[in-house]
Amino acid sequence: MYADYPQEGDDAFVDFYVSLAPPRTPRRWFRPQVLFFFDGSVPFKPLPLDQAFPLFEWGLNWCVAKHVNQYLILHAGVVEKGGHAVIMAAPPGSGKSTLCAALVARGWRLLSDELALVSPEDGRLTPLPRPVSLKNESIDVIRSFAPGVTIGRESADTTKGTVAHMKVPNDSITRAHEHAIPTWVICPKYEPGAPARLEPRSKGQAFMYVIKNAFNYSVLGVRGFQTVAALIDTCDCYDFTYSGLDEAIDVFDALESSQNR
Amino acid sequence: MIVPLYSNELGQHDLLSTALSSPESTTSLKLLEWDILIRQARRADLLARLSILLEKQGLLGQVPVQAKRHLDSAHIVSESHDRRVRWEARQIRDALEHLNIPVILFKGAAYVLSELPAACGRLFHDIDIMVRKADLEVVEQALRRKGWISTHLDAYDQRYYRQWMHELPPLRHIKRKTVLDVHHTILPETARISPDPRKLIAAAQPLDGQGCLKILAPTDMVLHSAAHLFHDGELEHGLRDLTDLDSLLRHFGRNQAFWAELVERARELDLMRPLYYALRYTQSILGTPVPDTVQQSARAGRPVWFAPALMDTVFTRALAPDHPSCDTLFTGLARWFLYVRAHYLRMPLHLLIPHLIRKAIKRRSGDRV
Repeated sequence: MYADYPQEGDDAFVDFYVSLAPPRTPRRWFRPQVLFFFDGSVPFKPLPLDQAFPLFEWGLNWCVAKHVNQYLILHAGVVEKGGHAVIMAAPPGSGKSTLCAALVARGWRLLSDELALVSPEDGRLTPLPRPVSLKNESIDVIRSFAPGVTIGRESADTTKGTVAHMKVPNDSITRAHEHAIPTWVICPKYEPGAPARLEPRSKGQAFMYVIKNAFNYSVLGVRGFQTVAALIDTCDCYDFTYSGLDEAIDVFDALESSQNR
Repeated sequence: MIVPLYSNELGQHDLLSTALSSPESTTSLKLLEWDILIRQARRADLLARLSILLEKQGLLGQVPVQAKRHLDSAHIVSESHDRRVRWEARQIRDALEHLNIPVILFKGAAYVLSELPAACGRLFHDIDIMVRKADLEVVEQALRRKGWISTHLDAYDQRYYRQWMHELPPLRHIKRKTVLDVHHTILPETARISPDPRKLIAAAQPLDGQGCLKILAPTDMVLHSAAHLFHDGELEHGLRDLTDLDSLLRHFGRNQAFWAELVERARELDLMRPLYYALRYTQSILGTPVPDTVQQSARAGRPVWFAPALMDTVFTRALAPDHPSCDTLFTGLARWFLYVRAHYLRMPLHLLIPHLIRKAIKRRSGDRV
């Protein structure tokens, strides 16, 4: 999953010291568990050893969501193409990661499938390209939709069901330091059998929706309000219902080419 | 085996106390030392305080950008805590105003509402207030009506707090989830020393525009903080509490009369021992300026014969940030000793031993679930 990421030297400043290790109890051997360590402290309860990789990803998300409050942090997937980024803010289960994975497999650049980092200074998005988390049916859906992508080991029976991660394409990794300008805020919703449909959402409603999906809106106080207001002002906001991925990507590509026309 | 989390060739030491007592020394830190300093400060809950301190001294611009990011984030979080504490205090005031009784804000909330420098960059896990013991019942009822509900519902825990401790079982607000500790004195009822809360309440000072909310008098504020840290606490946030004391002493100590009053008041409240420790360790760890005469008078609170050396060994370890990079051979032992000592000071043995056994059994059975 991380083989193609650049490695820092020994003398680099490290943002988060994380490690995974077995607990010092009989659960090290008997129905083995794993703990997530953040610089020596243990912020979460142990999980079955089989869920070590998802725990690592969730733990790292927690580190970022908790410690980078110079950004407005949204629970959202972010992808970019042609210099325009789309923020897909949605609660879990709305198919945001699946859509992210599909878009990334078809040439969009991944900024993040979980955390949108919006700068209060200039409104730009900071990438955090890490493996895309796929759940339950989505794993096979993406496997057959994009046979070329690498999908990691499946962990069954997690709190989110079966989880597997999709490897980030090299292009997104090498461009990890390239910020992006948000152009659309889209609230995706998977509906079985529904045709791909994009419907404008009012600015007021989009504002409330973004706040609801923010991790640190109240931490930022006035700056939080101003950042969301500026984001909503500059972006076109839509509700997006979909079921078929090909159809969904056509809609996103059309949106993108309408910008660059 | 867990990978070592720090670079050994840099040595294992407390960079944080040095940075706090002489901020200008940070300009010569190497990037890897910043890496360790940030982690120590985060663990000690002092990242925001360090950030604000460096900003005030005009040194923030010289911090490497990688480290500054973490300082900035912590500063923003501390600002949100400041707003939240003011809001909570207002809610408490609204809930209790009609009772016409004195309500004393303790520690962090008091520093914030009275705009003391000790409020700078402080993070909050809960809010502490004190009321007269006779008012406890009406206060609890009034708070319950506004949504503060007792957290420990187990009958044993309820009795532990209500019969032996100096506070109600912590209350949690049903909507905002904020935790409120309601005290009726500053040390447990069963403790070996118990200052008279009536004296503290009598000397308490009103807060401008805050109705029934009051704060302790300056001497009492220092003594409470000292008693909490050196008598009752398990030093979870030892260095943070020590920096509170440092800030209070520097602030109030500008008034020369304060120092004599402080020693006199400690004598009156039976708090000479915690005062002795407070002055000794703020001075030795954070370089707090304490007049020699005051240091001399406080020696009356010194523990007997072998104990000073032992307590020095223990406290200097336990007051360092609780981070692997600060651990020495005896740090774990020092913390364990203080844990036992805190309990020993809190309750007589015939109550303590059954209590600790019960706690141990409960913890084990909790593990299995």
